[in-house]
Amino acid sequence: MKYFKFLLVGVFFGIILFKAEVVSWFRIYEMFKFKSFHMYGVIGSAVVIGLVVMFLFKKRKLKTIEGNAVYIEPKKKGVSRNLLGGIIFGLGWALGGACPGPMFVLLGKGVIAIIVVLIGAILGAFLYHAFKHKLPH
Amino acid sequence: MDYILNPWPWYVAGPLIALCMYLMFYFGKKFGVSSNLETLCSVAGAGKVVDFFKFDWRAKQWNLNFVAGLIIGGFIASQWLAPDQSVALNPDVVQNLSEIGIQNAGAQYLPDEIYSLDALLSLKGFLILLGAGLLVGFGARYSGGCTSGHGIVGLSNLFTESFIAVAGFFIGGLIMTWLILPYIF
Repeated sequence: MKYFKFLLVGVFFGIILFKAEVVSWFRIYEMFKFKSFHMYGVIGSAVVIGLVVMFLFKKRKLKTIEGNAVYIEPKKKGVSRNLLGGIIFGLGWALGGACPGPMFVLLGKGVIAIIVVLIGAILGAFLYHAFKHKLPH
Repeated sequence: MDYILNPWPWYVAGPLIALCMYLMFYFGKKFGVSSNLETLCSVAGAGKVVDFFKFDWRAKQWNLNFVAGLIIGGFIASQWLAPDQSVALNPDVVQNLSEIGIQNAGAQYLPDEIYSLDALLSLKGFLILLGAGLLVGFGARYSGGCTSGHGIVGLSNLFTESFIAVAGFFIGGLIMTWLILPYIF
């Protein structure tokens, strides 16, 4: 049961993604067509509050439940990996209208077809690690 | 109750997403969904084929629980918290989608042309779904994060790598939306 709190955060996050229509293919299409502020508002306001949260964590004004300073894992350096990986991700995000979080939320909604998308995503992660030595990073 | 049952505006959802991120760090972990794709590979035995997946996936159970929560959250919200699952799209988008072959845009969360059982059971539809997943999974792990890890956490830390990755998300998304989707349906 020591992981139960993570499950609860997941339930909360899943409900937010559903209720804000972030899991809707149409909202993603509308975002890339620049026809609505909605998705920009969701991501933008999350980042603005996130900036404050991360600043307070770094200043030790906020701590973990055990009273420790938070560890923030740096992202891997490299323009190729971030740009090319990002572009490939973006192509799939706009095609399926779902990034990884919403895939799991849509599974909970009972969308059978999302199972194929999820299997594809798991397979995609596998293929990256199988062929990463041949890719520019 | 209407506040919960109606669609949540961006200024409610965004700060609540930041709260989720805060809680994951508060509990001593991190906030990111796509690394679970690697964990699931490891669970499925991918370590027998590719050495990377030989890590002990049990150490990532906290994140698998988080993802299990996402599934439960999707179930709860769709069953009890969203009586009207139409999406109030910009009318321009509804018109535009109709022109490229996607009808009834916004009548529900997902287009039948991609997510209905009929679409799933057609070769073209199956390949669209599988291809979308492959691109997302491959790209997320190539760049080292998805919309949560790069988009929310990375940008909140002002990581240069995440600005590059998110720029990539948009380049890819714009290419798909403007140059490829109009010719698929």
